Amino acid sequence: MHSHILELNGVYQKYPAKKKKMRTILSDINLQVSPGELVTVVGPTGCGKSTLLRLILGSERPYQGSVKVNGAEVKEPARNRGIVFQQYSLFSNLTVRKNVMFGLELEYFSLPGRFFGFNKSKLKEFKEKADEYLQRVGLLEHSEKYPHELSGGMRQRAAIAQAMVMKPEILLMDEPHGALDMGTREEMQIFVLEQWKQENLTVIFVTHDLEEAVFLGSRIVVLSQFYAGNTSSGGAKIVKDVPVGWELPRPTSIKHSKKFSEIMQSIRHEGLDPHFLQEIRDFDLRHNDSLSLNTTENWD
Amino acid sequence: MISVFKINARPGRFACFVLPWVLFVVCFLLYTRASFVRHQENPRDKLVPTVTQLIDGVKRSAFEEDRKGDLRLWVDSWASTKRFFIALIIISLGILIGLNMGAFPYLELFFYRFFLFFDKVPALALLPILFITFGLGEVSKVALIVIGVMPTIVLDTFLRAKEFPRELNIKAMTLGASHFEILYRVILPNIFPKVLDTLRLNLKAVVLFLIAGESLAATAGLGYRIFVVRRYLAMDIIIPYVIWISLLAFSADFLLRYWIRHKYQWLNK
Repeated sequence: MHSHILELNGVYQKYPAKKKKMRTILSDINLQVSPGELVTVVGPTGCGKSTLLRLILGSERPYQGSVKVNGAEVKEPARNRGIVFQQYSLFSNLTVRKNVMFGLELEYFSLPGRFFGFNKSKLKEFKEKADEYLQRVGLLEHSEKYPHELSGGMRQRAAIAQAMVMKPEILLMDEPHGALDMGTREEMQIFVLEQWKQENLTVIFVTHDLEEAVFLGSRIVVLSQFYAGNTSSGGAKIVKDVPVGWELPRPTSIKHSKKFSEIMQSIRHEGLDPHFLQEIRDFDLRHNDSLSLNTTENWD
Repeated sequence: MISVFKINARPGRFACFVLPWVLFVVCFLLYTRASFVRHQENPRDKLVPTVTQLIDGVKRSAFEEDRKGDLRLWVDSWASTKRFFIALIIISLGILIGLNMGAFPYLELFFYRFFLFFDKVPALALLPILFITFGLGEVSKVALIVIGVMPTIVLDTFLRAKEFPRELNIKAMTLGASHFEILYRVILPNIFPKVLDTLRLNLKAVVLFLIAGESLAATAGLGYRIFVVRRYLAMDIIIPYVIWISLLAFSADFLLRYWIRHKYQWLNK
C-alpha cells in the first residue's frame, strides 16, 4: 500500500508569459511525505512555495508530472485536504461557530435537505462538535462573534479549527502567520505544534520565515530557483530536504540554542542565498523520504 | 459654528435632529411665500396653489369618489404598486443570472457580452416596439421596467460574484461543498446585502420607467393620473401626487436600507 500520504513525481509548473513563452516556476519537484509529518516549506521570494501548495491543494494543476494524495491523483480542492490561508479563510457572513460547523453541515445536509429534512438533533450534535474544537483553540467564548470582530490571531485559530473539525488527511497552511505580529506569531506556533501532535495531523506549512520553518518542522523542504546551471527561467527545485528532530513539547527558547542557529545558518547559506549556486548533485536531500538524485552517497 | 467646516466635527444631538429637516422646511416656506404672492396678484391663480387648495386636492382624490365611484388616489396607488412589485420580482431573477454568470466561466462567456450590449439599449426607445408587440396592456409596462433595470442588476451581481475572493471558494471546496453549494451557500449570502444595495439605488430607475410607461398608456396609475390632469393645469392634484410617489419610493428605499442594516450586521466591518 501507499506508505506515503503525499507523492509528487516529476512535477513542473509553468505559467504563460509574454510572447507565447512559458515561464517555469517549479522544475522537476519530487516529494514524498509520510503521514504525521509537519513539513515546512521555505525558500526565497518568488521560488514558488505557494504554487507548490496550490498544486497539492488542487486549485492548480501541474504542467507536467503527478500529484497524488493517498495514491489518488489530485484534481480539484476536496474534502480530504484542509487549507488555512493567510487571510480569507473564514466566511464573514457566519459567526465563528457557524464557520466551524459549516463543513459538517454541508456533509450532512444537501441543499434541498436544508429546506425539508431539517434535523434538529443533528444540528445540535454539530454544534457540540464545533464547540469542542472551539474550546480547544480557546475561542469558545467568542463563538457568537463574526470574523471581523476577532483579532488576527483569533481569526487564524478559528480557521484552523474550521479546517481541523473536518479531520483532513493533510492540513495545508499557506503563510498562515504572515499577517501576525511577533508575539502572536510565537503563540500560534506553539498552538500549531500542540494541535499537530494532538490530532496526529499531516501538515504542509509554507512560510517565508526561516526561523518559523526551523522551529515548527519535523522536516524542512527548501525550494530555490538559485542553483548551478539554472538560467533565470529554469524554475525552482528542492535544494534541501532535511529532518529536524526537536523534542515535543518544544519551548520557544530553543530558538536561541546553538544547534538552532546552525541549522538556520546552513539553510540561509545553501537555500536562500542567491549567490550560492549549488550543483544539483550536491543538494542536501537527507530526509528518508526524499528521492535523492545521488542515492549512492550516505549523508549520516 | 466655527466647527462646521471641520472633517472631524462631532455634531450634537440638537444638530442631528434639526439639520436633516432644514432644507425641507426652506422649500416649504419658499413655496408658501410664492403661492401667497401670486394669489395676492390673482386670486384665481392655478400654477402655485395654496396649501389649503393642495389639502383640498388630496381630500378630493383620496376620500371622495369620482364619477366612476372610485377613490382615485388609492386605485392609482394600487395599480402602480402592483406593477412596481411584479417588475421587482422579475428583476430579482437577474440576481440569480448574475450570480451564475460570475461563478461559472462558461455562463459568463455565454451571457456577459449580450447583457453588456443589452444594458446599453435605451429602454425608452424600445417602448414603441413594446407597445406594438404586446399592446397597451400591463405586459408592456412591466416589460419596460424589466428591460430598463434588469441588465444593471445582472451586471452588478455578476461583478460582485466575480470579485468574491477565490480563496473562500477553495476553502468551501475543502470543506466538502459542491459547486452549487458554493454558489448558493457561500457566494450569494456574502454578496446579497451589496446586491440589495444596488437594487435600492435602482428603485429610482424602476419608478422612472413605471411613470414613463403609465404616462403613455394606462387607465389607472399614479403616473397616468398626473399626465391626465395636466390637461386641466390641476396643480393641486399633480403636486400631491408627485410628493406621494416620492414618499412611496422613499419608503421602499428606507425599508430596504433598514433590512440591510439589521439583517446583515456582519457587513459593518
